[in-house]
Amino acid sequence: MTESLLNLVPKAEAEQSMKDFKSDQEVRWCPGCGDYAVLAAVQGFMPELGLARENIVFVSGIGCSSRFPYYMNTYGMHSIHGRAPAIATGLASSRRDLSVWVVTGDGDALSIGGNHLIHALRRNVNLKILLFNNRIYGLTKGQYSPTSEIGKITKSTPVGSLDAPFNPVSLAIGAEASFVARTVDSDRKHLTEVLRQAAAHPGTALVEIYQNCNIFNDGAFEVLKDRQQAEDAVIRLEHGSPIRFGADRTKGVVRDRTTGDLKVVAVTAENEAEILVHDAHSASPTTAFALSRLADPDTLHHTPIGVFRSVDRPVYDTLMADQLDAAVEQHGKGELGALLAGNDTWTVVG
Amino acid sequence: MTSQVSSPAEQADGTVLGEQRKAAGGKDVRRLNRVIIRFAGDSGDGMQLTGDRFTSETASFGNDLSTLPNFPAEIRAPAGTLPGVSSFQLHFADHDILTPGDAPNVLVAMNPAALKANIEDLPRGAEIIVNTDEFTKRALAKVGYAGDPLRDGSLDGYSLHPVPLTTLTVEALRQFDLSRKEAERSKNMFALGLLSWMYHRPTEATERFLNAKFAGKPQIAAANIAAYRAGWNFGETTEDFAVSYEVAPAARAFPPGVYRNISGNLALAYGLIAASRQADLPLFLGSYPITPASDILHELSRHKNFGVRTFQAEDEIAGIGAALGAAFGGSLAVTTTSGPGVALKSETIGLAVSLELPLLIVDIQRGGPSTGLPTKTEQADLLQAMYGRNGEAPVPVLAPRTPADCFEAALEAARIALAYRTPVFLLSDGYLANGSEPWRIPDTQELPDLRVQFARGPNHTLQDGTEVFWPYRRDPRTLARPWAIPGTPGLEHRIGGIEKQDGTGNISYDPANHDFMVRTRQAKIDGITVPDLEVDDPDGAGVLVLGWGSTYGPITAAVRRIRGTGGAIAQAHLRHLNPFPKNLGEVLGRYEKVIVPEMNLGQLATLIRAKYLIDARSHNQVNGMPFKAEQLAQVLKEAIDD
Repeated sequence: MTESLLNLVPKAEAEQSMKDFKSDQEVRWCPGCGDYAVLAAVQGFMPELGLARENIVFVSGIGCSSRFPYYMNTYGMHSIHGRAPAIATGLASSRRDLSVWVVTGDGDALSIGGNHLIHALRRNVNLKILLFNNRIYGLTKGQYSPTSEIGKITKSTPVGSLDAPFNPVSLAIGAEASFVARTVDSDRKHLTEVLRQAAAHPGTALVEIYQNCNIFNDGAFEVLKDRQQAEDAVIRLEHGSPIRFGADRTKGVVRDRTTGDLKVVAVTAENEAEILVHDAHSASPTTAFALSRLADPDTLHHTPIGVFRSVDRPVYDTLMADQLDAAVEQHGKGELGALLAGNDTWTVVG
Repeated sequence: MTSQVSSPAEQADGTVLGEQRKAAGGKDVRRLNRVIIRFAGDSGDGMQLTGDRFTSETASFGNDLSTLPNFPAEIRAPAGTLPGVSSFQLHFADHDILTPGDAPNVLVAMNPAALKANIEDLPRGAEIIVNTDEFTKRALAKVGYAGDPLRDGSLDGYSLHPVPLTTLTVEALRQFDLSRKEAERSKNMFALGLLSWMYHRPTEATERFLNAKFAGKPQIAAANIAAYRAGWNFGETTEDFAVSYEVAPAARAFPPGVYRNISGNLALAYGLIAASRQADLPLFLGSYPITPASDILHELSRHKNFGVRTFQAEDEIAGIGAALGAAFGGSLAVTTTSGPGVALKSETIGLAVSLELPLLIVDIQRGGPSTGLPTKTEQADLLQAMYGRNGEAPVPVLAPRTPADCFEAALEAARIALAYRTPVFLLSDGYLANGSEPWRIPDTQELPDLRVQFARGPNHTLQDGTEVFWPYRRDPRTLARPWAIPGTPGLEHRIGGIEKQDGTGNISYDPANHDFMVRTRQAKIDGITVPDLEVDDPDGAGVLVLGWGSTYGPITAAVRRIRGTGGAIAQAHLRHLNPFPKNLGEVLGRYEKVIVPEMNLGQLATLIRAKYLIDARSHNQVNGMPFKAEQLAQVLKEAIDD
């Protein structure tokens, strides 16, 4: 792997604690909201990075999750609906000494801001994007979102929604993302580990966080959280390990020889060698994409979590800085007088 | 022609025919004080390049000049059709001039479509050079000519020069290993050579240009130069062209200095680079390609060694979004676009108003609404710039008046944005963007100092004595808030589009606070220091003509015509549209009548009437073209006599 770009960001002079990252603003999400857990996990993880607080910036769009920057004692911008990736792109590509994080939701990132998200991913700007997916519109009080399951009954779809949902991980992989992961709000340990890998990744890291909206879509991810059900529902991806899950890890993922697709099988002595070993660094996105399609969109059975894909790809802001340096090397530092005069002048004498 | 010397005579359009002499070559040379030439052909005929080259030759010769490129939005409209006609008009003179001219003295028509599309603009007696090779039955029928205008007498009132340009070009290039089609392509250079002979233009720079342009294809470079020289020689030898013309350099029109020719978009790009240097801030451009603004993106992307970052975004919204992000990080941030792009950027401009960060929004206006006329000019985005946002979202607005003035206007826009921490609209237009004129290259030592002070530490003391940083604690003089960029320890703060509490910048839904913040943001913009409006009124006139933006040239030319015939009229031209100069109300009150010519349906007039309660009269034209000086003079004269 290329060296992390974190070494461009100044380090904190003293050891930090979670408290250092709490702003003086009262947190105003609904009691019981999954956002609290994510906020606590991020505030708890930040001291581990050890970056100067003033060199960290959180940029958000509009929605419940987008209030996040107000609660972080760093620099922050609560912008407008869907545009955070674009704004953060300008900031990150002009200030490589900053660690820039984008906080967004399923409506913000995938509906109104879908265009900016896919273009940030394809450019591979050095951004860490936390996509809080609760499969509902919370701030506007309960309309279906672009990740809601088909047929969803909401205020705006009294007889059921008609449109097929996006799978954010599939979308990101299709948009040439170099780092894509999924985690769950309530699993602090897993969430923190994913943040750790995302932070170290040079380029755009997209982290989908399944987050519970206890007001408008309560229990949307319960099957992944309930201890008993989760055993069969959740597939924990770990780079270099066979993809196995279930009680006593009796289920596994294999490649179907006829279709090339992935499928879940009961692990036996005969097929054990065929269980797919997860390779997050594979140059080809094919298997990562196939993994992103394993889950049943309605029941969420066989939902992989963890890092789907983490590959090295040239980073936009690094390339941009290199072009500037190369221009100075080739032509010298710009001289304004020479620029204004150009090559074709004439003189008028008094 | 036998007479050796003829006496000077002024023609109806103001052109002075000077004395005529016999040159060494035996042909007559006539001296003119000004000429208007229009090159017209198919979109693929290279008319813009031909015009550009003639302009460069003319600039380096030292004439004053003004240009008007006019081309269709289609890259290659069907060949030989009226919609496919592309033209380039150039006005040059031995004195200072203000417009590309109303009516051409010379039309170069490369095909029947070019003739048909332009003949109505030509006064009787004008010279027409046509490429006869293209006047085939089929080509004539294509544009609806029943007969051949070159033969049917319909052009008898003009001085017609039928020239088989294509044949002559192909003939001249016989020694080159080129297909007929390739050779034909150089016919525009043949025409350029002929015109360069007719007007005694210097030729070295064009030959240098062709060598550089086709550096990778020396054969093509040599062929173009050969065609160019053949055109020149054709003029010198053929009997059809008995007279050539001299237009002396405009030595007295210009203050001493070093000059170059410059277009509005180029001047604007240079102004942005200069502003970045004068502010000591890196320049960041977030932009999405759009006619007629893209050339600024192209130009800035070539100057990375000035620390310029150009970001071609996925859409207009991302263009301004990225710029705003860069502004938060401490760049001099710019987005460039045209009217449709401004519509898409509106929400982000509102955010910039709320965040109170410096941001330049450059709108190269074009014909609207919607896609409108992408390659034609208009001034109809003024009210969009003023009011096109939700909520009370005041933004300063200013406009350049000539192509070269785009340089200074960019510096002035940057001054306001940086000093007052606000988005600023700079309203250029298609006519300024593509038009060009001579520019006295400024001394870089004399450019304004635009440096800003970033916030470095706490700016407020709480009651308990704690020193804190308040992101919305304002400078009492400018009402600007501090610009505290990420990376500054101790000033960590959060800003956003939700209403903020005065001082702290924390979210606030308090009614009285919102009322206060709305009024404060307005007061900040209203309080921007702008220079007083200057009025040109040598005769104590009763009528004032007030303009803004690119109408400066035609209005000033019209004013000169009126004064030239003994009329009295006052003229003033606004650079600052928001806020208006402090003395504008007083100036308007001094005149019995105020006439406001605009390339829209009266947007400045609406603002003036609303703010100053005066009966400003609109004169409007929205045909995608700049005003013609003669027509405007007529309108002003009627107002004076009325």
